[in-house]
Amino acid sequence: MAVLKVKFTKTNRDKLAQVLWILNWVSVVTGVILFSLGLFLKVEINKRWELMAERDLHYVPNMLIATGLIACGINFLGGKICYDCADTTKFLRWKLLMLPYVICTFFFTFCILVGALMCYGMRGELEEALDLGLRDAMRYYKDTDTPGRCFLKRTVDLLQIQFQCCGNFGFRDWFQIQWISNRYLDMSRREVVARLRSNVEGKYLMDGVPFSCCNINSPRPCIQHQITNSSAHFNYEYQTEELNLWRKGCRQALLEYYTHIMQSIGFTVLIIWLFELSVLTGVRYLQTSLENVLRQGDPDSESDGWLLENSFVETARSNFNIIKSLGKCNQIDTANNGDPNINVPSTAYYGPDNLPSKQIPMAS
Amino acid sequence: MVLMKMKFPFEKRMKLAQGLWLLSWIATLAGAFTFTLGCFLKTELRRRAEVMDNTEIHAVPNTLMIVGLASLGINYFAGRMCQDALDAGRFPRWKTFLQPYWGVSLLFTLLMLTTVIMSYAMKGNLEWSLKIGLKNGIRFYKDTDTPGRCFQKQTIDRLQMEFQCCGNTDFKDWFEVQWISNRYLDFSSKEVKDRVKSNVDGRYLFDGVPFSCCNPSSPRPCIQDRLTNNSAHYNYEHQTEELNIYIRGCREALVNYYMGLMNTIGAAVLSIFLVQSSVLVSLRYLQTAMEAVAGQENTEIETEGYLLEKGVKETIMEYVTPVLVFLQLNQVGSEDAEAGETPAK
Repeated sequence: MAVLKVKFTKTNRDKLAQVLWILNWVSVVTGVILFSLGLFLKVEINKRWELMAERDLHYVPNMLIATGLIACGINFLGGKICYDCADTTKFLRWKLLMLPYVICTFFFTFCILVGALMCYGMRGELEEALDLGLRDAMRYYKDTDTPGRCFLKRTVDLLQIQFQCCGNFGFRDWFQIQWISNRYLDMSRREVVARLRSNVEGKYLMDGVPFSCCNINSPRPCIQHQITNSSAHFNYEYQTEELNLWRKGCRQALLEYYTHIMQSIGFTVLIIWLFELSVLTGVRYLQTSLENVLRQGDPDSESDGWLLENSFVETARSNFNIIKSLGKCNQIDTANNGDPNINVPSTAYYGPDNLPSKQIPMAS
Repeated sequence: MVLMKMKFPFEKRMKLAQGLWLLSWIATLAGAFTFTLGCFLKTELRRRAEVMDNTEIHAVPNTLMIVGLASLGINYFAGRMCQDALDAGRFPRWKTFLQPYWGVSLLFTLLMLTTVIMSYAMKGNLEWSLKIGLKNGIRFYKDTDTPGRCFQKQTIDRLQMEFQCCGNTDFKDWFEVQWISNRYLDFSSKEVKDRVKSNVDGRYLFDGVPFSCCNPSSPRPCIQDRLTNNSAHYNYEHQTEELNIYIRGCREALVNYYMGLMNTIGAAVLSIFLVQSSVLVSLRYLQTAMEAVAGQENTEIETEGYLLEKGVKETIMEYVTPVLVFLQLNQVGSEDAEAGETPAK
């Protein structure tokens, strides 16, 4: 028995064809939207490439861009097919193409779903890329004279200002790296030499942060140096001071920003997937009902449309057999005594005359 | 003599009416665009209203919005009129409407031109307003505990970071103002007491700037305090140092930004003004050509269209004379009274 069988009168079929024609054109627009969403995500990731470690993050926007372009093509073709389906004679042009078209669209719709799920799944890799990338960027903050790293200081400063964050996890990350270049340290001063000697690697570490960590909402001028020393500044208590510097870490800030973008994009792609699925269902019903009309012979009669001719299990089994027999095409068919010239009556669809081919009597 | 006479055969009249209908729709869209330009400029000016002393510059976007709305109406009626011009019987309907229509549309078209001139001419006004506004902003920077001024610090910091500028004219403005509140100054320290005593007003002045003046493009960490003291920092010379803090003053930055906006808007409005004038000129020709047709049996005859029936001077005199007569009437009345009195004597 067929899966989800629906009866279609002639007017129903024509209306379905017209509605599907419009929906296919709407799907072309959604395909363009999908393409632009992928492009937007790619641009956003590229904008901060300096702060991300080498990770394969580009497969998600590339997938969205590819599916968007394919969606435009498939739905454009679908629109043409549905436009012609309103007329039975024109349908015959597309008869042979329709089943492969439906199968291709089914796999393509599946790809859209995969794209939507990938958007949600990208978060883990992004977090790792940002963690490593920010750590390296902070380490090379002082290297403004090294080619390839000279703009990293500017990038990190602008990032901290724009996203209102400080450091990787928090502002204390700056205490653990040397962010002032040796070019600007007076090595003749005793305290500088003492600081350099006080740690194993000979780095100039201090409890200070760059100016871009300063919080503009603070009521007092920014305290950047000797942050942990409450007595170094008047009326200042390090443990309770909250408004002086940005409290959030840049990794969290960037992750929130990108997660928000990807969730919105993922949600939109899911909506587009549902829409494409409904268009695919409509096209499948149209295809099966038109083929049944041709089988019955009368173009104005009622016909059945279905999703699958037999139940799901039987269809799966028959497809599996087809695939198996493809592998056996070299072997001779022993059922007809090995003679391939004997005509076996087929149950294939008929030509434009709508007449069944005459049965040739079997050779005895 | 007639001003700029042109002959209009029937086909030319029809083509003029059709072309004018299309042009009036384009001009309607242009009018809507003018309105949005006015809204946009007003929003941009309001965003930085805290560093502006007065709102006189708002006259430019306000006028733009009025002109935009008016031109929507003017061009809508122009379109309706030329639709009716295609039918000679329907056109005379508009006769009584046209006189006030010309007055209103000429007024608003001239106003459009005035707006363009204003947007260039009000630069000095804007600069003065910004000078006072920024001076106050910098002065009240430290007053984060005074109601009404507590967000001045945030505003100035944000402004300096966004527009990449420091101070009013330049960064030295910060040296003349106490920008650290007394709440955060340790008055038991000798250094603080010396500084406060060293000037007449008892203010804590020093050669330092807030962190928002720091330039992220500088290769070295920002030097904010003791800016004029070369020996206070290693490998530092304040005369040649350019990248450490922003050199530009915020007044200059803001004036450049707004003048750039107003120049672009002025250019767009000027081209819209040309479109609008061409609509009015074409409508005038159509009106005068159709008026000659009115009352004729054959509506397809060739007629003449003109801009003004008499010359420019004579038309002006025609409108001004009634006003003069009205003014002189009072004087004539008083002369008569005097003349009446003297014979009586």
